[in-house]
Amino acid sequence: MSENSAVKGIIIDDQVAENITRVEELSYELKVGEVMTKNVKSLSPEMKMGEVLDFFRQDRISGAPVISNGSLVGVLSIEDLIHALIHSDMESPVGKYMSTKPITVRDSDQVVEALKIFVSTGLGRLVVVDNDAKMVGIITKGDITRGLLKALQREIQAEELRTYRASHLFEDIESDRTSLILRYNIKQGDFLRGGQASSHIKRALLRLGASPQLARKCGIAVYEAEMNLIIHTTNGGVIRAEIEPNKISIDAYDDGPGIKDIELALKPGYSTASEKVRELGFGAGMGLVNISRCVDNMKLESAWGKGTRLSMKLFLQEKEVVGEGRSSTS
Amino acid sequence: MNLAQIIEKLNLKVLTDGGKDFSQMTPSGGYASDLLSCVIAGAKQQNIWVTLQAHSNIVAVAALLDLCAIVITENAIPDDETTQKAREENIIILLTPEPTFSIVGKLWELGIKNG
Repeated sequence: MSENSAVKGIIIDDQVAENITRVEELSYELKVGEVMTKNVKSLSPEMKMGEVLDFFRQDRISGAPVISNGSLVGVLSIEDLIHALIHSDMESPVGKYMSTKPITVRDSDQVVEALKIFVSTGLGRLVVVDNDAKMVGIITKGDITRGLLKALQREIQAEELRTYRASHLFEDIESDRTSLILRYNIKQGDFLRGGQASSHIKRALLRLGASPQLARKCGIAVYEAEMNLIIHTTNGGVIRAEIEPNKISIDAYDDGPGIKDIELALKPGYSTASEKVRELGFGAGMGLVNISRCVDNMKLESAWGKGTRLSMKLFLQEKEVVGEGRSSTS
Repeated sequence: MNLAQIIEKLNLKVLTDGGKDFSQMTPSGGYASDLLSCVIAGAKQQNIWVTLQAHSNIVAVAALLDLCAIVITENAIPDDETTQKAREENIIILLTPEPTFSIVGKLWELGIKNG
């Protein structure tokens, strides 16, 4: 192995560096005041180092702020205590060993500010002050880790709750026939947003408790129908998905130009897509074929000069029903 | 063979990492095509997809199919919108100057087949 082969291939460039993970985002969203330890015990400058030893041992802490007449005058850490121990100087006051001019962060600062200070100074704890420079707590790297984990946990629970609520959507609503209708307006030529309707429908189905396989099949069918509207219509069209506990009906319709020869359009490999569209990887002539493989029932109606309506239906097995208290595992 | 090893062996450049740990990802197999409908019909969940398409719809396809990663060949570079969309959808995009044929050949040799 050559010297640099271990890291070869994973090039950390600017774009990778920009790729912020959720934890990093959270360190910008969370405030110091949300993760810090409050009700911190403090020392006075006159206290003897020997007393501090007992105090640290009893409370299992490794540092504390030093307060005199209500204002912060320093921080004493376990390292300072060790210094005093080395010199057998336990009768001396805290004021002799504490570090003065302690570095502080404000409770309204983002957590990332505290992280930056930890990295640049190598300190283990920072005193947290409010806008009036009054001490309100202490923050350590451990506080930040706990705070980030709690925030992540809250997000996971929120998503679980959304899924749970959605998966019970139909359960508590009484009617002879309840359904949920999702509509998406698709613009002609809007390749940039191509796939948005299908991804939204897929996510909605997962939240409603559909199996990942069912959500995938629906996603594929809607994606192909959506791209057809983007590529082939005059004015775009509409995707309408009606979700019932045991059936999903999806309609994609437009007002033109229509299909001249429906039988030919359904033939695998046949496409009327332009050269420009083909360069983007569309126009394989497989769209309708893919749809028919994913749905249980497909109907294509069209009149040249008027428009096209593609109707798709998926019938759900007993164990697959959506919105009635069965939560998806994915 | 996990994705971190594949990236190293094939000397791929990571454009977007999908916020994922590559060493914990093992592709279920591979698929190569530049026609999106063929990919939709043929690629399976967690497949690695080799293509020279670099526009934003590859992200939609990869998200739709839960693909493991996209390898874009022959130095094709996605535009900023595609990169942005990949980040939003947590899609991994890898880049290489090599043509699709050699990347597929190398993947096959590493044991990534059409599973």
